[in-house]
Amino acid sequence: MQARNYPERSDTVYFFGTCLMDAVYPDAGMAAIRMLESLGVKVVFPPDQSCCGQPAYNSGFTREARAVARKQIQVFTKSYPIVVPSGSCAGMMKHHYPDLFAGTPDEADARRFSERVYEWSEYLATVLAVELEDRGDPLTITWHSSCHALREMDVIRYSKDLIHQLKNVTLVELERETECCGFGGTFAVKQPAISAAMVKDKVDDIRRTGATTLVAGDCGCLMNITGAMEHAGVAIAGKHLAEFLWERTNG
Amino acid sequence: MGNHTRFDFEHNVTGALADDQLRKNLRNAMDILVDKRRAVFPDSEYLEQLRSAGNAIKRRALKQLPRLLEQLEANCTKNGIQVHWAEDTNEANRIVLDIMHRHDAPAIVKGKSMVSEEMHLNHFLDEQGIEAVETDLGEFIIQLNHETPSHIIVPAIHKNKDEVAAIFHDKIPDTPYTEDVEELTAIARRVLRKRFAAAKVGLSGVNFAIAETGTLLLVENEGNGRMCTTVPEVHVAVMGLEKVIEKLSDVPPLLQLLTGSATGQVITTYVNMISSPRKSEEKDGPKEVHLVILDNGRSRMLADPEFRQTLLCIRCGTCLNHCPVYVRIGGHAYGHVYPGPIGKILTPQMEGLDRAGVLATASSLCGACGEVCPVKIPIPDLIRRLRNESYDQDGSAVVAGSGYKKNVAETLVWKGWELANRLPVLNEMGTRLAGKVGKRMPKVGPLKKWTRVRTSPKVARTSLHERARNERVKDE
Repeated sequence: MQARNYPERSDTVYFFGTCLMDAVYPDAGMAAIRMLESLGVKVVFPPDQSCCGQPAYNSGFTREARAVARKQIQVFTKSYPIVVPSGSCAGMMKHHYPDLFAGTPDEADARRFSERVYEWSEYLATVLAVELEDRGDPLTITWHSSCHALREMDVIRYSKDLIHQLKNVTLVELERETECCGFGGTFAVKQPAISAAMVKDKVDDIRRTGATTLVAGDCGCLMNITGAMEHAGVAIAGKHLAEFLWERTNG
Repeated sequence: MGNHTRFDFEHNVTGALADDQLRKNLRNAMDILVDKRRAVFPDSEYLEQLRSAGNAIKRRALKQLPRLLEQLEANCTKNGIQVHWAEDTNEANRIVLDIMHRHDAPAIVKGKSMVSEEMHLNHFLDEQGIEAVETDLGEFIIQLNHETPSHIIVPAIHKNKDEVAAIFHDKIPDTPYTEDVEELTAIARRVLRKRFAAAKVGLSGVNFAIAETGTLLLVENEGNGRMCTTVPEVHVAVMGLEKVIEKLSDVPPLLQLLTGSATGQVITTYVNMISSPRKSEEKDGPKEVHLVILDNGRSRMLADPEFRQTLLCIRCGTCLNHCPVYVRIGGHAYGHVYPGPIGKILTPQMEGLDRAGVLATASSLCGACGEVCPVKIPIPDLIRRLRNESYDQDGSAVVAGSGYKKNVAETLVWKGWELANRLPVLNEMGTRLAGKVGKRMPKVGPLKKWTRVRTSPKVARTSLHERARNERVKDE
């Protein structure tokens, strides 16, 4: 993957909250926003935003995906960078929108939109060149890489850069860090048995690290893994990176 | 398998997931293959260049495929290789059978060939009273056990040493039980040598067919391929029509990609380049060489600019080795000749979506396959395209059996999803309602399956939309 050229910092950024954060992880969403603001950036949260469209796009319903994606393009109209606290949604908006709108009247708008999309930790580590001061107690954590943050956005190094800045946090890496947790959106319910086997192995891997907290950059994976841990009675907390960093630096 | 029995993917998956030994065997074997590949390509930048080169070579070949196939036929013919064309597997089987009959051959020794698996050649010949003898060690093992390959490179990978020991002891007469690998190999060699010596006809696959020179290139590690192609009087090579490449200078990068991706080898023990039958001054080699070129749906793939990329495949199997689904269910669960990620895109196109479309649902779209593919096939994108074609909303599908999943209920669900995500009022109402349902989402619909191994998601009482508004985040 070619390294991306990053722009100068912008006074104002858009925040795309993702549908999962909206409904299930609003604390993480607010933390991601507050973190950006604490770095001197004005954050705009367009209230008419919703979902990137990926659930339908990956399930064979391109028409519906396009309609929802078009809505986002119409909502994020100004030229601000669009910061997305999910490698998966960011990957959809950055890499798949151009294909989704290829040959349609919205193609040019879609491309302009895609160019402005950044994953949250990527934006913090590169454009904002953030320096974090850890105020938390010593803690051992492990980290789960989302497949799309890893392979579509190629931003895992930035997420980890941020974690490594925390002096009281020990990161124990997973044995199979690059292996999918089995979420895959509708895959989890279309092939529940395979998905279950995958998430079980992921939970076992997490347990073997001895960490008390699992940090991840994608709410889909987080919901899958923490749901499976809770079901199995595994007492390991799951946190989105934004919420984790906000707590560590403002605790 | 394949054409002969009904395909129940869910049943296969359930069985495979319950088989701990199978999962352990697969995990161990895939780890080794993944590590070996990584070791042979230590320089990621170089690998990236090589993959781009491989992609460009194969793309160039596909772009001029009809011309290259004609050139291949002309040059093979000039070299004395007899070329046969088969539209489907039935025709290909008939061609092989004719050759067998003409030479009055009761048996055929076979090197490893996925196209012959695609043809279900062994089964077909068996029905005609002709014995097909697999000579690749892995193929030999599973043939003894009446199984089909579970991997396109390492066909018996689902078996461990102890299981192989038991199969040899049970199925080969007068064979004492041994788990010693050297001894097991020696047993196979003893059995197979006799078969090589007696066979009138040998069969092989083809890794690359070079149009410029009329050469068939075959890589292998056991020497059985060389035996099959040189000891019998007649050599029959079978290939899918996408195996043709333009010129000899295309070979080195492709070969490096193939062996490196498949087995982590810089080069295989044997690299056979077959350009003609025995010449008059030569003392050995087959007197006849036949090349059977099979279409079996490939032309149809070629016609679509996106699906065409399926034909870039050089059958290295590395997408299987890296697939989190394959490593858990193994090759047999896919119910067809080509398993794993490549099988998920190849099989529905060959067999029809209505028959094999379920395979396209068996992916989390994690992208591991596309990341390692030596010729850069965008496998996840093609899986997604097959999912589209399964519903064929706008009637533009090209794959056979498309639209098989079209149904009002699911369409309505996604229509509703669209409306909720397009109309802000509905969206907010939805999350608000969900937040009020209680601490946990009720276990109905898709959540019934979700909650088999997970707790139900907790929908927040106050959504991010509301929080942003209440906590005065700017809205424009």
